[in-house]
Amino acid sequence: MANLAAVVGIGQTKYTTKRGDVSIAGLVREAAQNALDDAGLNWNDIDAVILGKAPDMFEGVIMPEIYLTDALGCNGKPMLRVHTAGSVGGSTAIVAASHIQSGTFRRVLTVAFEKQSESNAMWALSSPQPFSTHLNAGAGGYFAPIIREYIRRSNAPRDVGIKVAVKDRLHGARNPLAHLQRPDITMKEVEESFMLWDPIRFLESCPSSDGACAMVIACEELAEQGPKAPAWIRGVAMRSEPTMYAGREEVSPQAGKDCAADVYKQAGISDPRKDLDCAEVYVPFSWYEPMWLENLGFAPEGEGWKLTMDGATSLDEGGDIPWNPSGGVLSSNPIGASGMIRFAEAARQVRGDAGDHQVEGARLALGHAYGGGAQFFAMWVVGAEKA
Amino acid sequence: MSDQREPITGIDVPISLKYNFTAGAGPARFLSQVRKGVLTGQRCPRCEQVYIPPRGSCAACGVPTEEEVVLADKATVQSFTIVSIPIPTNPIEPPYIIANLVADGANISFIHLMSDCVNEEVRIGQRVQAVWKPEEEWDYAMDNIRYFTPIDEPDVPADKIGKLPVSGWGA
Repeated sequence: MANLAAVVGIGQTKYTTKRGDVSIAGLVREAAQNALDDAGLNWNDIDAVILGKAPDMFEGVIMPEIYLTDALGCNGKPMLRVHTAGSVGGSTAIVAASHIQSGTFRRVLTVAFEKQSESNAMWALSSPQPFSTHLNAGAGGYFAPIIREYIRRSNAPRDVGIKVAVKDRLHGARNPLAHLQRPDITMKEVEESFMLWDPIRFLESCPSSDGACAMVIACEELAEQGPKAPAWIRGVAMRSEPTMYAGREEVSPQAGKDCAADVYKQAGISDPRKDLDCAEVYVPFSWYEPMWLENLGFAPEGEGWKLTMDGATSLDEGGDIPWNPSGGVLSSNPIGASGMIRFAEAARQVRGDAGDHQVEGARLALGHAYGGGAQFFAMWVVGAEKA
Repeated sequence: MSDQREPITGIDVPISLKYNFTAGAGPARFLSQVRKGVLTGQRCPRCEQVYIPPRGSCAACGVPTEEEVVLADKATVQSFTIVSIPIPTNPIEPPYIIANLVADGANISFIHLMSDCVNEEVRIGQRVQAVWKPEEEWDYAMDNIRYFTPIDEPDVPADKIGKLPVSGWGA
């Protein structure tokens, strides 16, 4: 039986296109300092640091964890780096939690970041290989055909993606840290925005952001001594599958289903829509909301879009299961940090500390991240109570 | 200082990195065949699915693949996207179509360009065929196929794509 662990401090930076005033080291330190302040702790209270970011090719800084040891106050302390592409923020939080659950450490700092203004992610994701023609279309080019197949199978109306794009930006307008601040966004504006990778429009895509997110995770005894309510970690799960195998279900990957089943079992969840109060789910392109609603068991196969269109996932429409109250990846996307932001925002909700995007009375929340060709999944469930 | 220009905070320094690609047995065989204008896949001995390009193993079963299967240069559109985003260094002028194509006799899609087509009429299940570069330009690369273009054959039902035996739907 694993020991109890809880999030006792959360720190983020304001997400924006370019943080020209800080280096990568300055960026991660800012998030880490905010997390320590939130927990009422200082650097000496931390036993180890667990760091995550998306592939090193993005900023071209190889093994940045080594360069960041000073900035993160871990000279002479253990540091571990986690790599799972876009899901890395989630996996990093889980690796950090496991160091508490196993009893190895009593209090750890975990940080994830991306400085997209100093990187070229599309280039980094498009290295040529001779057995494949070099088409260089980035993540949107990869996911657009999968979205098209989802639309075909589900017969979803064409404006589902537009609705998600509006809904998440309206959520983001409640969150002062969100990159995009668009309280005035309309369905018409999204519909008329440039079609980048048909069927994905410009405003149905995530922005490119600079930012970092950090959390302090502590054991039960220390978590109870903190100045603010802890978010108890009720379940953690990671799954992966090969990107390319014959018969692979790309629209609703098996690894995602298995990961969700595992984390729900740990947290005692039988009906995620009913049992959870809200979810922070990795939705970088708007259509991934209905797709993940199905993959994660919130709706039967082919019917995820109905929840979206009924307003079930919208704070503003009083939905019963708000998704991405923080604005989600569609409002802020520092890639390596995006998964950790989902996990941290789920924790903020159950701590009752989410400000204007607080889901009233949230007691149990899901944090979700996926990465690569939708082959890496990381999820946790956090609660206001220990069990 | 009367100079009102913005301070320089960063510069772009393009670099190039030349490296040797070690293909491994499966891809090496594929590339040496595509050099001759032939598409080859490998069949998994356990699940019998045919992989192209072959990687020398089946990622689902975790077993080596050795049996070679010669594939047609006809294929079916499994899905696609119309790319309108201009990408620096990309020689192709948008809008262009990137399609996930399943070659006849294969059970997994690969990505290639579609051209000589009406973008608005491209659809899932559509039949296409390779348009090769002139033979004297062939190299050890999938780029020997310039693009795929629609052919006059009936569409394949979506639930049958990649689940067909060799050579075209209706043949």
